[in-house]
Amino acid sequence: MITILLFAHLREQFGTRELQIEESAITVANLRQQLEAKYEFLDTKSIMIAVNEEFADDEDVIQAGDTVALIPPVSGG
Amino acid sequence: MFEIIESPISVQEVTEQVMHRNAGAVVNFIGTVREITKGRKTLYLEYEAYVPMAKAKLEQIGKEIDEKWPGAKSAIVHRIGRLEIGEAAVVIATSSPHRADAYEANRYAIERIKELVPIWKKEHWEDGELWIGNQQGTISYENSKPEVNEE
Repeated sequence: MITILLFAHLREQFGTRELQIEESAITVANLRQQLEAKYEFLDTKSIMIAVNEEFADDEDVIQAGDTVALIPPVSGG
Repeated sequence: MFEIIESPISVQEVTEQVMHRNAGAVVNFIGTVREITKGRKTLYLEYEAYVPMAKAKLEQIGKEIDEKWPGAKSAIVHRIGRLEIGEAAVVIATSSPHRADAYEANRYAIERIKELVPIWKKEHWEDGELWIGNQQGTISYENSKPEVNEE
């Protein structure tokens, strides 16, 4: 099980703060594909993926129990 | 001090974190809520953060400053939740033995915040609201996809 945290407009679009998916050992790229296939409104191109609070690359592998966050372009400051 | 808080930021408290005997210069940056952006009147802003990661990224910026400007000290506090016009959203304090480093390090900190710290702001206007997608305010998410407005 992988937990996916949602923020800002994504949290509002999904209508929830987090999703759970039944997966283990998938790459970040694969996760992007899965999410886009399941949620038609989602385009992950501009979204960064964090795994356990650190930015991840598309080749990085997500393990069961990891916490993933979808990070849209930030606008702090 | 690298914190994400929900209450008003004390500029004094953040500044005191970087004051020390060998500091000859202390620079403060206070990012405040602006009323008019591109001719549109903001009523208030709402900030949201991925708090543990945002705090870790602020700490990372502090470490980067330590490496780039040895002897400089930094402290950063960002506020989240609802902020009214004129209120401080972020306070950055930097100090160094001589002024050039404190100025440069301070500017570096705010630019890095706008690149990599997971904090988002939502503009609330009289006739609508919108999550702002990047630091320049050029990407928005009205239709779930980023729209790049050519300036």
